[in-house]
This record gives sequence, C-alpha cells and structure tokens, in this order.
Amino acid sequence: MATAAPTHLMTMTGIVKLFPGVRALDGVDLDVQAGEVHCLLGQNGAGKSTLIKVLSGAHQPDEGTIHWIGQPVKLPTPMAAIRLGIATIYQELDLVNDLTVAENITLGHEPSRLGFAERRTERTSAVALLKRLGHPEISPTSVVGTLPAAGKQIVSMARALSRDVKLMIMDEPSAVLDQGEVARLFEVIRDLTANGVAVIYISHRLEEIRAIGDRVTVLKDGRTVATGLPAKTTPTADVIRLMTGRNIEYVFPPRSGQAFTGEPLLDVAGISRAREFEDISFSVHPGEVVGLAGLVGSGRSEILETVYGARRYDSGSVSVGGKALHAGSVPASVGAGVGLCPEERKGQALLLDQSVVSNVTLASLRRFALGPFLRRRKETQAATREIETLDVRPADPQRDARTLSGGNQQKVVLARWLLKGCRVLLLDEPTRGVDVGARSELYALIRELASSGVAVLLVSSEVPEVIGLSDRVLVLRDGRIVHDGPAEEIDESEVLGLVMEGSPR
Amino acid sequence: MSDSTATVAASGPPPVGPDDSAPEVSGLRKVFRGSVGRNLGLVLALVILIIVGVVTGGERFASVDNTLTILRLGSVIGVVSIGMTFVIIGGGIDLSVGANVALASVWATTLATQTMGEDIHWIIMVGCAILVATCVGLVNGMMVAYGKIAPFIATLAMLAAARGLAEIIADRKTQIITVRGFLDSFGSDVFGIPVLVLIFAVVSVIGWILLNRTTFGRRTFAVGGNAEAARLAGIRVKRHTLWLYALLGSTCGVAAVMIMARTNTGSSTHGMLYELDAIAAVVIGGTLLTGGRGTIVGTVIGVLIFTMLNNIFTLNNLSISAQAIAKGVIIVVAVLLQQRIADRSRAVT
Repeated sequence: MATAAPTHLMTMTGIVKLFPGVRALDGVDLDVQAGEVHCLLGQNGAGKSTLIKVLSGAHQPDEGTIHWIGQPVKLPTPMAAIRLGIATIYQELDLVNDLTVAENITLGHEPSRLGFAERRTERTSAVALLKRLGHPEISPTSVVGTLPAAGKQIVSMARALSRDVKLMIMDEPSAVLDQGEVARLFEVIRDLTANGVAVIYISHRLEEIRAIGDRVTVLKDGRTVATGLPAKTTPTADVIRLMTGRNIEYVFPPRSGQAFTGEPLLDVAGISRAREFEDISFSVHPGEVVGLAGLVGSGRSEILETVYGARRYDSGSVSVGGKALHAGSVPASVGAGVGLCPEERKGQALLLDQSVVSNVTLASLRRFALGPFLRRRKETQAATREIETLDVRPADPQRDARTLSGGNQQKVVLARWLLKGCRVLLLDEPTRGVDVGARSELYALIRELASSGVAVLLVSSEVPEVIGLSDRVLVLRDGRIVHDGPAEEIDESEVLGLVMEGSPR
Repeated sequence: MSDSTATVAASGPPPVGPDDSAPEVSGLRKVFRGSVGRNLGLVLALVILIIVGVVTGGERFASVDNTLTILRLGSVIGVVSIGMTFVIIGGGIDLSVGANVALASVWATTLATQTMGEDIHWIIMVGCAILVATCVGLVNGMMVAYGKIAPFIATLAMLAAARGLAEIIADRKTQIITVRGFLDSFGSDVFGIPVLVLIFAVVSVIGWILLNRTTFGRRTFAVGGNAEAARLAGIRVKRHTLWLYALLGSTCGVAAVMIMARTNTGSSTHGMLYELDAIAAVVIGGTLLTGGRGTIVGTVIGVLIFTMLNNIFTLNNLSISAQAIAKGVIIVVAVLLQQRIADRSRAVT
C-alpha cells in the first residue's frame, strides 16, 4: 500500500445505465484521487445507489468508461471489483450474524492449510486489522450478531481492509451511528486516507461532509452537475441549489386550499420509543395530507408503524376520532379505521401468489363472512369494484398479485384499505418502485382520497413528493420534529437544509 | 397462448373496445386452470400407477375388493394428511402426529378398559381420543405461536414426549378394545363401503370446504404466504397459528379412532412414522413446504399414490425395503415435476 502521488486513482466518464423505462444514470463523471475523501451528494433518486453498484461490479454500465490507475477496466462481477481493490460498505451490512468477528473478516478468503481453517492466523490478522481501525476492544471471537451497529460497521471495514483495498465506498455509514461513534469513524477514515486509501463517502449530513470531506460531487437526475467542489468551503446554499430543481416529469394535484380547523381525526400526543424517536406530537384532520420528511434513520417509518400499532410506544398516546387507540395492537387500529401501506410492498403488504381479490379483501374478510363461510361472489364483486375505481391494470381480479407492475401493486394495497372504509391512511414510500408514468396517477388518487374525508399521513424520501402532495409538512431529524408548517410556506431547499443541517439553510 | 396475448393488450393503453380483448375463458380451460389443472402431473402419476398395477397384478389389482383395501389402508394416514395440509400451508410443520395418534389411542382405551369398565358407551371413547389429540395440538400451537419455538423443534419435542406418555399410560401393553358397539360402528360397511373410507371422504370434503370456502382458509393462505403482510392487515397471526395446530390435533384424534377400529387395539406403537408419510403425501400433493400454497385435492391424490404403491408392491411380493426405495424416488420425482409445472404456469401468467 505505497502512498502514490495524488494522481487519479479511478476515473469514470460518461457513465450511462438504463433500466426499463428509466435512464438511472445519464452521463456521470467522477474522478477519485488516492488518499482523498470524495463526497457524493444528491437527492433520493438522483442515481447514487446505481452509481455505487456500477462501481462495485453489481451493475454493468450501458455506456461510458472506467479507468483504474490510468488503465481502462471493466467490472463484470463484484469479485472483479474486489480484486482491483474496490470495497463497498453497504447500508445494510452484508455480514453473517452467526459467525464470529474473525470468521466474518476472512470470509471468502479464509486462511487454510490442507482444507483446514487456520484459526489462529485468522484471529491474529483480525486483531491486527481491528487495532489498525482503532477498535482493539472488539474481540475477534465474539459473535457479530451481538455487536452494536457501529461495531458491525467496523467489522465490515476490517473485512474490506483484509484484502488490499485502494478505494472504499461508504453508503450513508452514519445513518445508524450516534455522534460519538461518528467521531471515531472519522478518525478511522483519516487514518485510512493518510495511508493512501481513497474513500467515496455518501451522506446527506452537510456537517459531516464539511468535517471529513475533501471534494464533493453532486448528482441530479442521473447526471453529474458539479464535481471537484471543495468540501470545506462551498457554501451550503450552493450545494442545495445544485441538488434541487430536479426535472420532475410528474404533476401534483392541486391542494385542497382549505384551512384545517376543528377536531383532528388522528391525534398523536408525545409518543416516544427508545433509540428511535422522541416526543412526537402532531395531528391530521379529515381531508388533510400531512407529509413527513427526513433521512433514512431519522425515525419516519418507525413513527408510522408505531401509530399503526405494529410497534409499541414507550410513552405518549395515539387517538383516532377522539378515542385512544389500544397501544401496540394492529387489529385495534384496523378496527378504528386506520390503514397502513407499508414501505416494503412485497414483503409487508402483498400475498404475491394469491389473486388480486384475496389481496384486496384481506383486511375485510369478516364483511364477506356468512358464519364461517366466505361469500366469494360478493367478495369478488366488491374487490372488482375497488380495482375499477382505482383503475388497476390489467383489470383481472383473478390474476396473481406477483404479475402486476409496482404501481398497480400499490393500487391493490390502497384498494384493500378503501374497501375496508378506512378513515386514516398511513402511506410509507407510496411511490417506491413505481415508474414515473404511474406516479402522477397515484398522487391524484391520494389527493382524491383525502378530499373524500380521509386523513392521510405520508412518509417519503423524496422531498419534492412530500412538499408537492401534502397540505402540511413535518420535518424529522434524529427522531425529533424540527419543523411543522404549511406546505406552501416551505420549499425544497429549506426542507433539505433542515434534514441535512438542522436549519433552513 | 391466448393468455399471453391478453396480457400484452391489457398492460398497454386501455383497449378501445369495451373489454373485448379480455381472455375468453372457455369451460374446459376453466377446469384446467382449476384444481385439476394444477394437479395434472399428480393425476398423470396416479394413472400411470394404476396401469402398472393392472399390468402386474391383473384382476387381483383391479377388483372392487382390492380398491376398497387400498382406500381403507390409506384412510387413516389420509385423515392426518388433511390436517397436515393446513399446518403446512400456514407456514408450519408438525412432527408429532404419529405420537399424538398413539397417545390418543391408549388414553381412550385405558379409559374404557380400566377406569370405566366395559359398560362405557363407545362415543365417550371417541370423544376422549379426539379431545386428547386436540389438546396435544393446542400445546404444539402454544409453543409455536406464543413461545416462538421453531415448529420443527417444538413438535419434535412433542413427538418424544407424547410417545413416552403413551408408553407410561399403556404400560407398554397393547390394550384390546372390548367396548360393545365400537367395532359395530366403525368396523362395518355402509352400502358396501367401509366406514373408515367414508370418514376419510367426509374429512376431505370438510377440509376442502374449510380451506377454500371459509375465512379461516383464506387466512391460512395469508398467514403462510406472508405472515408480516397478514399481521399488518390486522389478522391475528398467532391466534390463527394456534388454531391450525389444534385442527391438525383433532384430525389426529379422528385417525386414532380409526386405527383403533382397524386393529381393535390401543397401543403406544400406533402411528409409527406417520409424520413422514403425512408430510410426504402433502408435499407430493403440491403443497409448498414454505407455506402459502397447497390444495386438499393434491393431498388426497398424494395419499392415494402412496397407498397404491404399497398395494402394488405387496401384490407382487416385493419387499418392504424395495417399497421404501420406491417411495423415496417418487417423492423426489413428484416434487421436481410440481416445480416444473409451477414455473411454467407462472411464466404464462
């Protein structure tokens, strides 16, 4: 690991990556020098994740070239990238929880003799790496699953260093860490760069970028809009201006325009959950759409699930229509007219191998019951009515949910709660995995639902979506509400400033 | 083919005509899309087996008597398999069914021969067997749903414990049933059909209705297909899981009564390896071991395939060991076939 002169370690030019219907990357340029911390900025959907996947060999670019220390290279597999010395520390750490620290670090290239693992070599090299990373307190024999998030991250980095790494990509490493842990992570990063390792650092927190970064590249709509900005001195306003104003091909329906006074339908009073969020209070009126903006790890999904009863709050209360909800009980919430469209549509909402009908009526089975029997004709009729109202295509109620597109699957989940006749709708990332064309349709649908008197609480990673769709915007940072105000009175850059820096600009 | 063209038309912009592009599903096609179509491979296997039986066994195989023998032999394990189908579709498994059958049988016969004497009405004995087995199922369900023990482990423990308890109760002796009326009721024929076979038929029909026509059945698919989605839709997943194991327990109780009628005894050795036969029949019947998908019709055919195989081997004086090998091969072939068909049907839709 000789310290090279500050030359170009890795240069990407004109990278294009096409997915069906989307240009995820549309001409990205990025050059990284040995020994620097290069920060990658961009809003959700700007193409950061895709770029990382191209660089780590998981995706193949459709156009463009990658140079590695002056030589053009191809990265057909993740293994090819690892061999060159590119290591990626993903947000969801890819560790085997049931193996020990040492076993995880050497996973895939275990030292062995005649097929027997050399456990002592494994342990000593693990100890050396952990020491180098400034965490000698992590025992090589402890089981990874028992470590806190910060410890797992260190193990993940040790694994990268156990091979000869020259470029380390870190995707929002601070999302799961507290302040002290972030400070120690920075020490580790400084030590790495002092030894000539380059780091691509992705984070939405500007104060971190200022503290650790050398240069900044900003992505927007899959393109590089600025590169080589000095991380320490570029004004926040400039950075945010570069990130905002994305081309948005979809339109938001007009807001209701009315003032929401009177009795709120959903009232959340001071709920807290240890290590997730604290003292969250807000209310949603019938007909109102309230948007919750915040970074990954800010507690937004957790709040939604707690309001729904899928998690139990430590303190506070949630009431619907003036009546307190039974804490931690989904059936009680559903009975009170609350519905949730969860973040992971396939994992948390849909029965993929069951028909659209079964999926739509899942929460309302009792309505179609005659004694123990299911009145299937009535069930099909009712479900068909809902999917026609929502214009699910193809309009075949017997089709398996698996065969529908993302947008239509989301409509099926919405139809479930429409059929249930719910009064409070909690939407977690309603347009994730939904193509651009179907988005506008979903937006119109959500607004229409609100107009019919439903109270809607929306969580989204996309700031324009939160602002465009909501009547009122709440901004979350580190598990607390830092802003609560009408959507007309706040713009994208102010929200970004709040989530990234804790102040509007 | 018409399915795939319909897909193209429907996923594009809305068709101009009023739904004229919707697939015309003819009656025959409907049948093939339904349970028969899904179990086509199984029906085929059964037909092949029948042909093999006729060719090798001739009239001895194709007689009415032999058919009834096959059905009678399959009926006990068949009843257990129906219950097992529910548990497996619901995402679980139960290894304790054989032990449960044994325990229920000795509990009932002990009650009849020792505690209450010979003037006990047979219905009390039947009630006792079903009650005991259902309780065992409830305990299984408690351990799995509320104790969060992996079903494999929880029911493995129950397998050992229930068999042990059965041995203690019976003192390792086979108890002969002397209750009047019991054999008259269960050992007889109705219109030439053995009562045991009728019980299997009734349990199968009830099972089919329960799975396909009730809210309970729909929830079973939901819980097994995606427990998290079911939970977030407001279904009480734990409670439902408990009922699934209790249901399987009750079918074990019925099976215990049937085996008592067939052998005229209660014994702690009844139901040996029933767990393997039942799980094999269910899996051959096309039910996914991971849950969420499966049919009663498939399970019934799976049971028939197994018992018919036994019968053919016996008629041809082949050893039990050869039978076991053939069973193993059939399980693998059937599952491979099912996967192929499932993949193809998924590719078409």
